Amino acid sequence: MTDLASPARPAARPAYRPRSRVVTFVTMQPLGTAGLAIILLMAFAGIFAEWVSPYDPVINDFVAMLSPPSLEHPLGTDAFGRDILSRLIYGARTALAIGFISSFVGCTLGAAVGIASAYFGGRTDLLIQRFLEILLSFPIIVLALVVVAILGRNLVLGIDVNLICAIAVPIVPRVARVIRSSALSIREMPYIDAARAAGYSAPRIIFRHMAPNVSAPYLIMLTAYVAQAILLEASLSFLGLGVSEPLPAWGLMLSGSSSDFYREAPWMILFPGLAISLAVFAFNLFGDSLRDWLDPRLKT
Amino acid sequence: MRARTLLAAGAVVLAGIVPAAAQETPVRGGTLNFSIAAEPPTYDCHASSTFAVIQRVAPHYSTVLKYEPHKYPNVVGDLAQSWTISPDNLAYTVKLHPNVQFHDGSILTSSDVKASYERIANPPAGINSARRDSMVKLASIETPDPLTVVFRLKEVDVAFLNNLASPWNCIYSAAKLKENPDFPARNVLGTGPFKFTGHVAGSHWTGERFENYFRKGHPYLDGFRAITMSTSATLNALAGKQVDAEFRGFSPPERDRLVRDLGKDAQVFEEPWLLHMLVTFNNEKPPFNDARVRRALSLAIDRWGGSASLGRISLLRNVGGILPPGSPYAATEEELVKLPGFGKDMAANRAEARRLLKEAGQENLSFTLANRTIAPYTANGIFLIDQWRQIGVKVDHQQLELAAYFSSMSSGNYEVIVDSFTDYSPDPNTGVIKYISTDRSPQAFSRHTDRKLDELFDLQAKTTDKVERRKLVRQLEARAMEQAYAVPFLYWHRIVVLNKRVHGWSMSPFHMIYQDLGDVWLSPAS
Repeated sequence: MTDLASPARPAARPAYRPRSRVVTFVTMQPLGTAGLAIILLMAFAGIFAEWVSPYDPVINDFVAMLSPPSLEHPLGTDAFGRDILSRLIYGARTALAIGFISSFVGCTLGAAVGIASAYFGGRTDLLIQRFLEILLSFPIIVLALVVVAILGRNLVLGIDVNLICAIAVPIVPRVARVIRSSALSIREMPYIDAARAAGYSAPRIIFRHMAPNVSAPYLIMLTAYVAQAILLEASLSFLGLGVSEPLPAWGLMLSGSSSDFYREAPWMILFPGLAISLAVFAFNLFGDSLRDWLDPRLKT
Repeated sequence: MRARTLLAAGAVVLAGIVPAAAQETPVRGGTLNFSIAAEPPTYDCHASSTFAVIQRVAPHYSTVLKYEPHKYPNVVGDLAQSWTISPDNLAYTVKLHPNVQFHDGSILTSSDVKASYERIANPPAGINSARRDSMVKLASIETPDPLTVVFRLKEVDVAFLNNLASPWNCIYSAAKLKENPDFPARNVLGTGPFKFTGHVAGSHWTGERFENYFRKGHPYLDGFRAITMSTSATLNALAGKQVDAEFRGFSPPERDRLVRDLGKDAQVFEEPWLLHMLVTFNNEKPPFNDARVRRALSLAIDRWGGSASLGRISLLRNVGGILPPGSPYAATEEELVKLPGFGKDMAANRAEARRLLKEAGQENLSFTLANRTIAPYTANGIFLIDQWRQIGVKVDHQQLELAAYFSSMSSGNYEVIVDSFTDYSPDPNTGVIKYISTDRSPQAFSRHTDRKLDELFDLQAKTTDKVERRKLVRQLEARAMEQAYAVPFLYWHRIVVLNKRVHGWSMSPFHMIYQDLGDVWLSPAS
């Protein structure tokens, strides 16, 4: 008898399960994850401020004015007896809304200008770049101050559209320069030549074929400029050119009567300052991690 | 009476220091550095009503009369060597000092006084005269000789001497006004103790001693430098001795901080202020052309509560009607609480306010409150918005820089605005001009016409019997508060902190007098 032994089966290999991108990001970028967690926490607080905050942020309560941190008011109260924690929570809404929208508007316009400048090249590129250099010669805060001083205020759905413009304008040239440099190499790719040869229009080539290929630097800058926009909004509010009292905004909480009472009530400036620092820190951490994550050179 | 006591007290409180200007021998020399929190929208005294102008230009100009230093409200001569009043109170004859020079060397004569006052009373086309209403009784100005001016009135004006002492009524050169009636708006040429040497917008304003100033021996200072800076920067600059003074005023916590930082180098002056905040409704814009809406918004304001709370953190303190509390023609507290918006039962006031809004169909009222960006306007705005929230009114707070603020106010580009008013005298003739019809008073920004109010105003102005006049003022006040075209909020409490080395300056209940700096001198820095 022939022992017909059944052929040995190779040991079963575990099924390939691609790790979710989120899990990989969390594992590979713990600091970025921490930044993202802080951002999500602030976004949650801002979106659900009505339910999360212990008090209405604009109600005056002179009985509780300048109260130190306590169980009743965990972060104390300001000169009008307004709860600082509630104002910080609502302030997160202002900061994130203005930060995200300004950064999105500024980065998107900057990306469009940068790609168009790279695609058309020649005299168009020359003119656009010289104009951007003029804008870049102004410090970011000065340019924002000029824009906000010229435009004044224009509230739409409770958000100052002109403030968003003031913050977005200085972002445009900075983003345009970076995106242009990426777009210049993409312009030389064969598929762009092919698209040209096929007779596609310039807008189609720009938006369909070039724009998706600069999404990595675009996303990184979008995140980085949210932090910058939050800081700019806080600076403008501190200077009295941003959000107006009694709306809660972190920069505004640092100005006005806070400076009068910095000795008697240091919590009036301490906590808004911490909130601004934490938000900027979180966005910078997340932005840096995103850059590392999306850049293939850094992955190796 | 608390209010009466406040004004009567008029106390000078010093941080352990007694004012000894009268006993000390002034020292010549030095430059006074002081700060101002706002930029001047014009250089023209006649057109302006803000400290940002007068605290800069007053050292360059003279007036016919002036308030006696340290003895407010006594009036003494400035350009006037002497003056007489006719028995019928209709002619004021002023003799001027001889050989008074303008800063360009030209000699001041009675025609300069005449041209200046005619510009105030009847400004040429395109020229703004903020106090034109105070001159409505002026019939003519005669100049029988170069040193004599005769002001003839159409009817008795019991406050006319105050007009002649007004710091706003600067005397300009008639020749310059003839060349260009708007000359003072962008040029400074007066006969005051200091010559204008420059203005860098947003930075500073400077003046140097006018050697040919007509008051011999004055001024003591070599010059002055008014530096534009925010209140928070001023606090640091005063504490760090980079500036010597700020003449407008500080809040109680700011005073405490400065006294702590400056220690024995601090001098503190406190006095009730003639300055008050108003809420002005644009009566040309619906729904503010409806008296029920205006009255409801006035009723919702807890003035007494605001006094107690805002008094701890800002310059706002005393409750008053259309005239400063404690002044001769002001309402007493008993009279005040009977006026709409001044009652102490806030639950009842707010219920009535809601009823009026419902009746007017404005239960969901929302509007924009225009305001300035400086203290205590911001605190005022925050408080008002919270008060109106309590009757269901939503308010957007629009804070404007000075030029934009005045532009909005004068052009009527606002719905409701936080306004303020102060005058050099609490006399009703000049003190209630915010409340009479806009066509009678350029300072009444409420854009309303009420002939009954105007009639009462005119009647009280020519009533020499004080008791009768007081009754008329009460009627005027009751009418003004019922109609609520503009309503008073709180009166300020003035707190000035100077470096101890500043001498000769006079504290007063009005921050725009005693600012010519002619008597001010500096002791050497410690």
